[in-house]
Amino acid sequence: MTDLLRTRVLGQSPRRVDGPAKVTGTARYAGDQHVVDPAYAHLVQAEAARGVVTGVDVSAARAVDGVLAVLTPDDAPRLASTEDAELAAFQSHDVAFRGQVVAAVIASTREVAREAAALVRVEIDRQPHDAHLGTDRDDLYAPEKVNTGAETDTSRGDVATALAHSPFTLDQTYTTAWYNNNPMEPHTTTALWLDGDLALYESTQGVHTTREAMAKVFGLDPERVHVIAPHVGGGFGSKGTPHVHTVIAAMAARAVPGTPVKLALTRQQMFSLVGYRTPTIQRVRLGCDAAGRLASLEVDAVSQTSRIKEFAEQTAVPARMMYAAPNRRTTHRLAALDVPVPSWMRAPGECPGMFGPEVAMDELANACGIDPVEFRVRNEPDVEPESGKPFSSRNLVACLREGARRFGWEHRDPTPRARVESGWFVGTGVAASTYPVNRTPGSAATIRCTGPRRYLVRIGAADLGTGTWTSLAQVAADALGVDFADVELRIGDTASPKASVAGGSSGITSWGSTVVAAAEAFREEFGDDPAEGDEAGAEMPGNDAGDTYAMHAFGAQFAEVRVHVDTGEVRVPRLLGVFAVGRVVNPRLARSQLVGGMTMGLSMALHEHSVPDERFGHVVNHDFAEYHIATNSDVPHVEAHWVEEHDPHTNPMGTKGIGEIGIVGTAAAIVNAAHHATGVRVRDLPVTLDHFL
Amino acid sequence: MDGEIELRVDGRRRRLRVDTRTTLLDALRDGIGANAPKKGCDHGQCGACTVLLDGRRAITCLTFAVAHDGTEVTTAEGLADGERLHPVQEAFLERDALQCGFCTPGQVCSAIGVLDEAAAGHPSVVTEDLTGPVELTDDEIRERMSGNLCRCGAYVAIVDAVRDGAR
Repeated sequence: MTDLLRTRVLGQSPRRVDGPAKVTGTARYAGDQHVVDPAYAHLVQAEAARGVVTGVDVSAARAVDGVLAVLTPDDAPRLASTEDAELAAFQSHDVAFRGQVVAAVIASTREVAREAAALVRVEIDRQPHDAHLGTDRDDLYAPEKVNTGAETDTSRGDVATALAHSPFTLDQTYTTAWYNNNPMEPHTTTALWLDGDLALYESTQGVHTTREAMAKVFGLDPERVHVIAPHVGGGFGSKGTPHVHTVIAAMAARAVPGTPVKLALTRQQMFSLVGYRTPTIQRVRLGCDAAGRLASLEVDAVSQTSRIKEFAEQTAVPARMMYAAPNRRTTHRLAALDVPVPSWMRAPGECPGMFGPEVAMDELANACGIDPVEFRVRNEPDVEPESGKPFSSRNLVACLREGARRFGWEHRDPTPRARVESGWFVGTGVAASTYPVNRTPGSAATIRCTGPRRYLVRIGAADLGTGTWTSLAQVAADALGVDFADVELRIGDTASPKASVAGGSSGITSWGSTVVAAAEAFREEFGDDPAEGDEAGAEMPGNDAGDTYAMHAFGAQFAEVRVHVDTGEVRVPRLLGVFAVGRVVNPRLARSQLVGGMTMGLSMALHEHSVPDERFGHVVNHDFAEYHIATNSDVPHVEAHWVEEHDPHTNPMGTKGIGEIGIVGTAAAIVNAAHHATGVRVRDLPVTLDHFL
Repeated sequence: MDGEIELRVDGRRRRLRVDTRTTLLDALRDGIGANAPKKGCDHGQCGACTVLLDGRRAITCLTFAVAHDGTEVTTAEGLADGERLHPVQEAFLERDALQCGFCTPGQVCSAIGVLDEAAAGHPSVVTEDLTGPVELTDDEIRERMSGNLCRCGAYVAIVDAVRDGAR
């Protein structure tokens, strides 16, 4: 058990520290940094899903006035490491997916770079490719581990017998679509080499993880790579792992010595180069008794990965800890395809993996004639079902009850297709949310007294809109026992001590624990009246509570859905979420995170769908005109609340992480509400109008 | 081919030479260093590059700089009076109507355009009475702000902020 921090500033709602710079547009993102006379790089992508580059004709491109250099597989410099195949730019002539970068033009202006890139002629000896994801494949394989290092398959008890003896059973297949993260800021790198050091202004969720990756690729001492990212225009996972454009920007800058190079991906390029959420196919089998108690629970998840680099979405993992059932089984299988490399997208695993099971729970509750809130309560486990560990805190039931109360659930007539208002079917639905409490080791922080009651706190953490500039300063203020205004935080720069990547909702747990440890070290050494220049630091302390406890956040989401009787148009006039996420650092910012996650969940439910064309191996709707994300008028009313939760085990702040849980369960709640409205059960996202006609 | 133009950007006169293919957005960002308007899509699909052009909101990625000689451009940066924020910017901060902040300068400019358009009686697709003054209901705000995408999902707070900013 950790000693919880005494809170004074934690729990207050100071406005966003970086807010004034953001509302005036003076906050500098990677493409906004002023550098002297930059050159611009533009990428050329393969127009075949598999093959070998047999020739790159750059003569027309080089002839354009203003072109400074062209990089191709024929003559690009060799990299020190090609271990990460995604980052091995121009190191081979093989084409592994449509959209792979096969050349880059560096020119004095954006316009010239783009014009010349269009003149590069790439000959590809095309080979047959395979971009089909389906359970009909005979080459699905079990990865060694799935993302986060979880077991690929698990099994407890005897599911077949339990299912056969259950009076109520469900066996259905659910699918989630291919989604692209699409942060508003396209991935951008401004690169400059200076005396053998590489400086990068970068759109990244982790300056230090970018540094390590680039140091390895270029064979540099990590200290010679400097990464700066004070503001990041959203990431949602796509800026969490390094991608090839960063390598190419650095190669481009090396090709024009002394000149900084700016490389901004186009929105279209982002659909093949910066990761995405794999489509998933989830077969869910449940069996329960007449009282609604699950005897058997199975999830078999299939997803895709690229042939050159494996990413195994942990789709079935949340089913391992969510509900009690003595007999249970989960599996993950992958299809390795000639497709772009999938990666993290907001709540990998939990987001797609809570779709199938949470719709299945609704279906089975209906089959038993039990209210879906009550059905979930009846399957509440005493301990984490697979590990047998007690929960450090688990307040799913409180979220369900509080959400039902706030939403007005008690007045609900459970009959589907029973309510029509002004030509719209109206229904309501519920689903549960969950997300693990993750901690990522490897962070360090320093604290320095810079004057009377002035403290400078440094750590290479990131703020992608998550609020770190504000919330981590609040943690530091309480850890030092000073006012919020006394703390100056410095993040987003490798000049600060090393920090873990902003991912897995682990930021405050990891960086916050580190800052608290640094404050303790500082106070121990210098007391309450330090002199200017006094400085102390610490690394992230361990926390073995995870050996004893299962630590997860929970939530319950309620949706109202309207489906037009004649056209099938689907609207979500109301979403309400109640979460149990430990202590809330800054209610103003936390609400934004949770509402933002739910809004993205609504977008996933109704709008988002990257449509791959198997014949060509790429996403055809690769811009905002055709890849629809929710707009303002799609999101009339979203509210997020939380229950009081005291968890002394997670970390010294008592927090659980809130960046991802908001998107978990939203789509299921909407599908369940759509069923209640219309009697039509949608099992394949997105919920488009054709399902109802 | 280049052309020479003069813009007035956030109150300052700027002369610059631009490639005739240069968008107004790139001219502002690369040519002048006015970085408040952002490039989110470069196709007029996201609204991140919105500024006020001669007082009216406009997306700058879909128009060439050479076509705007003599234009008055106001970016989100120019809306603030030094440290003093425009009331709409203040409302965005108070309502936390932003997260990553990348779409925010465009949202703010668009919001000011919305307030002016409503005050001038311009109807939208959700306006019921096309003859009278426009009441800026939440439905009106949502409709009129829908050209500005926000991936962080701050829409609900943005509507609150625009409503507050209208007061």
